[in-house]
Amino acid sequence: MNINWFKYSSPQTFYPLAGRMIPWFAWIAVIFAVIGLYISFFIAPTDFQQGEAYRIIFVHVPAAWMSMFIYMVMAGWAALGLSLNARLPAMMAQALAPTGAIFTLLALVTGSFWGKPMWGTWWVWDARLTSELILLFLYLGFIALQSSIDDPRKADKAGALLALVGVVNVPIIYFSVKWWNTLHQGSTISMGAAPKMVTTMLLGMLFMALAFWMYTIAVALMRVRCIMLERERASDWVKVLLLKATGGNA
Amino acid sequence: MHWSSWSAFFNMGGYAFYVWFSFGLTALCLAWEILAVRKRRDVALNLARLLAQDKQ
Amino acid sequence: MRAVVTLLRRDLLLAFRRRSDVATTLFFFLIVASLFPLGVGPEPAVLSRIAPGVLWVAALLAGMLSLTRMFASDFSDGSLEQMLIAPQPLPMLVIAKVLAHWIVCGLPVVLLAPMIGLQYALPNDALLVLVLSLLLGTPALSLIGAIGAALTLGVRGSGLLIALLVLPLYIPVLIFGAGAVAASQHGVSAEAHLSLLAAFSLLSLVLAPFATAAALRISVE
Repeated sequence: MNINWFKYSSPQTFYPLAGRMIPWFAWIAVIFAVIGLYISFFIAPTDFQQGEAYRIIFVHVPAAWMSMFIYMVMAGWAALGLSLNARLPAMMAQALAPTGAIFTLLALVTGSFWGKPMWGTWWVWDARLTSELILLFLYLGFIALQSSIDDPRKADKAGALLALVGVVNVPIIYFSVKWWNTLHQGSTISMGAAPKMVTTMLLGMLFMALAFWMYTIAVALMRVRCIMLERERASDWVKVLLLKATGGNA
Repeated sequence: MHWSSWSAFFNMGGYAFYVWFSFGLTALCLAWEILAVRKRRDVALNLARLLAQDKQ
Repeated sequence: MRAVVTLLRRDLLLAFRRRSDVATTLFFFLIVASLFPLGVGPEPAVLSRIAPGVLWVAALLAGMLSLTRMFASDFSDGSLEQMLIAPQPLPMLVIAKVLAHWIVCGLPVVLLAPMIGLQYALPNDALLVLVLSLLLGTPALSLIGAIGAALTLGVRGSGLLIALLVLPLYIPVLIFGAGAVAASQHGVSAEAHLSLLAAFSLLSLVLAPFATAAALRISVE
């Protein structure tokens, strides 16, 4: 069994494999998104307190879930890369970071667009939004560190270590921000006070989250292919790949 | 189905700006990300091609 | 253990020869803390309200200022490589380096803080809590900062990068530290804040040296 894993973890076998997997994940993402959007707009009932504005949660909550989930997955790949001293896991961690940062940003902006009509303010320093903001800083730090180290192997390892330090800190940061929030009861608003959930609402969020998840896998695989090409452009397998591509076109 | 008409649907009970901005921005960001990654791939492929030609 | 003491003495001696480093940190702390009254006005009520946050943020930034230098000179003159292959465990040597950094850059801030607290119209018991919280919290800042310093070793633009990496990780220290002072201002016992702060410092004492050692091996190899 082990042999298979090592075979698929080398760039030259993983590159075409990823290429074949991308359309599948992309289409599954589209299907889930269509179902999720249909439930969010046509099946989920109007909330009697928040009116139609609550429908923002169908992007806000899944984006927030994904932002945290991607960080965990990224740290997992990082740990794997460090412990096995392998290239592919480190590349996967690097490929996931921008997508995670985008979902974090989306969660922040849509949260703000939800807060404005509901509570009359664009920004609330509540525990969730604040932790989400800090998560964005952690993503940006990871990306900045990796892009400022020239040697890719070194960048991989340094980034992986930073991701691990971050993942140990995330629960502590979340706990401390929550504690800070309960002590400063200036704002009684809580973004956590979501409308009373109906099953269809949960279902809508679930499908949107699944769509985001599949999208993340597809786009991370696309990006990992780019990273492989950039790092190994002089290697033989890339040359063979290019020959095949031009042969196919001619 | 609880929308009386399409215009009621687009109006979103008076919250059209907030709701459509949130969904629109999300769609825009994801589309932009895909385009950016595709462009990065094309650049990488071109560079690799140039390198292969140089060596020949 | 002997190696730790030797390394600590060497670092302190080096710092003593270049006293300007200590002065820079202290001066930065002083000037940041003095800018706020100029910005928000001199009313004592307002100043004592913002004092815990302002003093803690100033201490955070002052400690961060000197982080890039923690391993830089050892890296450039090759003594860091000697430490990596030394028979002594690297995390222990890291602890010596961090302790030296704290004595040079953390302790002076702790000692200067009550004087600035007076300028901010802090009452006596709040001043005491301020010193205590800084005493418990600043070691964690040096310990976590060491990870950032080790990761950005030999990287261009490391000064800015280190801020981006380290500041988010400092947030718990800031919350518990400033919270302790604010609690004592409101007549509440600061014990809960201080014990959480101490717990965080202990946790970073256990984990950070290993992370720093790993980061050093990555950066130097």
